Amino acid sequence: MNVLHYVNAFFSNDAYWQGYDGIPTRVSEHLGYTLEALALAALIGLPVGLVTGHYGRGGNALSLIATAARALPTFGLLVLMTMLIGFGMLPVMIPLVVLAVPPILVTTYEAMRSVDPSPVDAARGMGMNEAGILLRVELPVALPMILGGLRSAAIQIVSTATIAAYVSLGGLGRYIVDGLYQRDYEKVVGGATLVAALALATLALFWALGRLTVSAGVRRSN
Amino acid sequence: MNRFFDIPSDLQHSWAGLIGLHLREALLPVLGGLVLALPLAQLCVRLRWLYPPVLWVTTVLYAIPSLAFFVVLIDYTGQTEVTVMIPLTVYTLVVLVPAIVDGVRSVPPETLAAATAMGFGPVRRYAQVQLPIAVPAIIAGLRVATVSSISLVSVGTLIGNQGALGNLLHDATIYNRPELAWNAVLTMAVLAILADALLVGVRVLLTPWMPSGTAGRGQGRGRKEAAAR
Amino acid sequence: MIRIDSVTKRYPDGTVAVDRLSLEIPDRAITVLVGPSGCGKTTTLRMINRMVEPSEGTISIDGRDTRQQPVNTLRRSMGYVIQNAGLFQHRTIVDNIATVPRLLGWSKDRARTRARELMERVGLDASLARRYPYQLSGGQQQRVGVARALASDPPVLLMYEPFSAVDPVVRKGLQDELLRIQDELGKTIVFVTHDIDEAVKLGTMVAVLRTGGRLAQFAPPAELLTSPADAFVEDFLGADRGIRRLSFFSSAGLELLTAPIVAVDASAEQIVARATEDVPYLLVTGLDGRPLGWSEPGALTAGQVDTGRLLPCGRPFVAGRDSLRAALDCAVLSPTGWAVAVDREGRAAGVVSQAAIGEAIRGAHATDTTGTTGSAGAPDPAAVQKAAR
Repeated sequence: MNVLHYVNAFFSNDAYWQGYDGIPTRVSEHLGYTLEALALAALIGLPVGLVTGHYGRGGNALSLIATAARALPTFGLLVLMTMLIGFGMLPVMIPLVVLAVPPILVTTYEAMRSVDPSPVDAARGMGMNEAGILLRVELPVALPMILGGLRSAAIQIVSTATIAAYVSLGGLGRYIVDGLYQRDYEKVVGGATLVAALALATLALFWALGRLTVSAGVRRSN
Repeated sequence: MNRFFDIPSDLQHSWAGLIGLHLREALLPVLGGLVLALPLAQLCVRLRWLYPPVLWVTTVLYAIPSLAFFVVLIDYTGQTEVTVMIPLTVYTLVVLVPAIVDGVRSVPPETLAAATAMGFGPVRRYAQVQLPIAVPAIIAGLRVATVSSISLVSVGTLIGNQGALGNLLHDATIYNRPELAWNAVLTMAVLAILADALLVGVRVLLTPWMPSGTAGRGQGRGRKEAAAR
Repeated sequence: MIRIDSVTKRYPDGTVAVDRLSLEIPDRAITVLVGPSGCGKTTTLRMINRMVEPSEGTISIDGRDTRQQPVNTLRRSMGYVIQNAGLFQHRTIVDNIATVPRLLGWSKDRARTRARELMERVGLDASLARRYPYQLSGGQQQRVGVARALASDPPVLLMYEPFSAVDPVVRKGLQDELLRIQDELGKTIVFVTHDIDEAVKLGTMVAVLRTGGRLAQFAPPAELLTSPADAFVEDFLGADRGIRRLSFFSSAGLELLTAPIVAVDASAEQIVARATEDVPYLLVTGLDGRPLGWSEPGALTAGQVDTGRLLPCGRPFVAGRDSLRAALDCAVLSPTGWAVAVDREGRAAGVVSQAAIGEAIRGAHATDTTGTTGSAGAPDPAAVQKAAR
């Protein structure tokens, strides 16, 4: 198949393994964008999801916000932001964060809502304060689902961080965009394969994270 | 602002025409994806071992950036609408299969047992018991698929102006007319919100058996306080 | 003492869950709140630790109004056991139990040591300490819930239907455990249940609440059974009140006939000597003294007792420890109409006829001083409460 041929050619080409356009450079750039966007989105989505989920209010407002954010076209936002702000990281971060916040926000909220109310009632009756209940009773139990939301957001970011290349930045999108304009399909396929590989690595990472952070008592009872 | 709706002639469509084109390019794949997802999901429900590998394959496909997908297809389908619509169908499939499988699996086993005991065969059970109860989960998946479809069509502008409203973005940059970019973003956003609202309406119509309102799903802790015991 | 003073709970939509309830809950005893759904028993319990705030009235513990203290300090001074235990599934058993001590600032080691002590006290095997809740049965989880509530040695224990989510056999075991723990520890326990039998079994004092949150009667269970305050209480108590009342009469006063007991290895003369005129049967015991069954004297051949042909003696009662109700039940079930009494080791102590038990019952009623027997009119609830103290 043509595609496999391209993949093979790409990875066996020595030129792609060094220099500013080499695979290691591009991959680390891409990872940089991904981590930054994910961290920002989590910083916004997690606390809001946790607190609204704990108190149970604002679920409707939350889904409206999530829907509105999803409705904003990522590529369109990128072009718009670049035209308004200029080139740089900010016009790339904004669409990525807008993309990633809804899954994190909604999943975290739902995860907190689905926690068994019995231990929460017991904890309150024992004299735990609200913050303690959120962090020590609800969060550990909601963690699997929350990690699922984060993972979903991470994969979307990994895939969409290629847009950085549209505005002359680096990352794996560089191979795809350059390949398109240079009619170099080897590059395009190589770039896409690397993105897919990163996505799989993200899956593996989150699996490992889950094993580390989710208590055995929660894992098995699910 | 008066130039907001002034569409450059090289796009060969009026604003309304672009909208129609965009909707066609976005919604046909969603429909196609749904049609393909239903039987695939049913297979995954019946053959449990099939589901994990299907999930891995779909995750990988989902991760492939849309532009790369488009480029690879150019060889086969040229720089046309179809090139944009095929990957979008795949993305829809990727979102819908887990949604349908989870929805169908969420049917309580007691309900299924009752249906079997009443003499429902497997196909009838799927069509008349499992699918209807899975409708909310399926529609939730459709909402995500539709909204992202409408968003992704715009990337098609990079392969020979196949992005419908997305083409406005390209023109905005080359003619240095930011208002065209605003037009594209806002129009697409509004279309997405309308489509989403429509789907919510469809769900409400199809599930009169469900209480309306989604806040506080699961165990309603607020209610416990008010329970007069 | 927990004093509930004219407490009312009214919800914004107008529902009155608790209506001017006044109760004095005695120290170091189990007080049960019982009633049909909607009677406010749960709301009342949850007002004690301020999970629900009263609309009117005050609740004070040893003279201090519960609203004067910071709410978490109040709650940490009480044990709270709920239906389904509410264990933290992400923590091990020992860490679950150690929760309140840790909240109070104990070191991890000290808290865990205490937790293991409590596991033993509630009858949980030490090997379960590092397990997770999902690995325990329902009954075990409930025990963990009780242990968790006792961890910081609070003087007060609030229990909300703690045993209703397990099957009846497990429930009986848990109830017996609770009574045993209470014997050892002497806590002030407020217990909510919808099961009147559980209330009668466990309660030193029982408060029957009616729908709408009003007190119907507050009395010791024996008095409740003898003289229900009104038709509602009578109805709620259900049928067989008289027979259930018998659980409160001890079998200590019963006169046991020891004559008609022969051992398996009895000789012919012994058999003849033992056969009494008024007792048509002989009770045959094994060499260890435990009863094996009844037999007609004539059917016994010396030295070769065929245990397969003995009439079953059913479940004997322990003389002095068990109630007249157990004795009567034994007699009624016995094919011979005679009950078998055993001592605490299970050895036959004597036999007694249904007639003799009936006389003992009449005698017990006559000397009964708690409340009036028969229908001498509904006693005044305030007077009933005073009498309980």
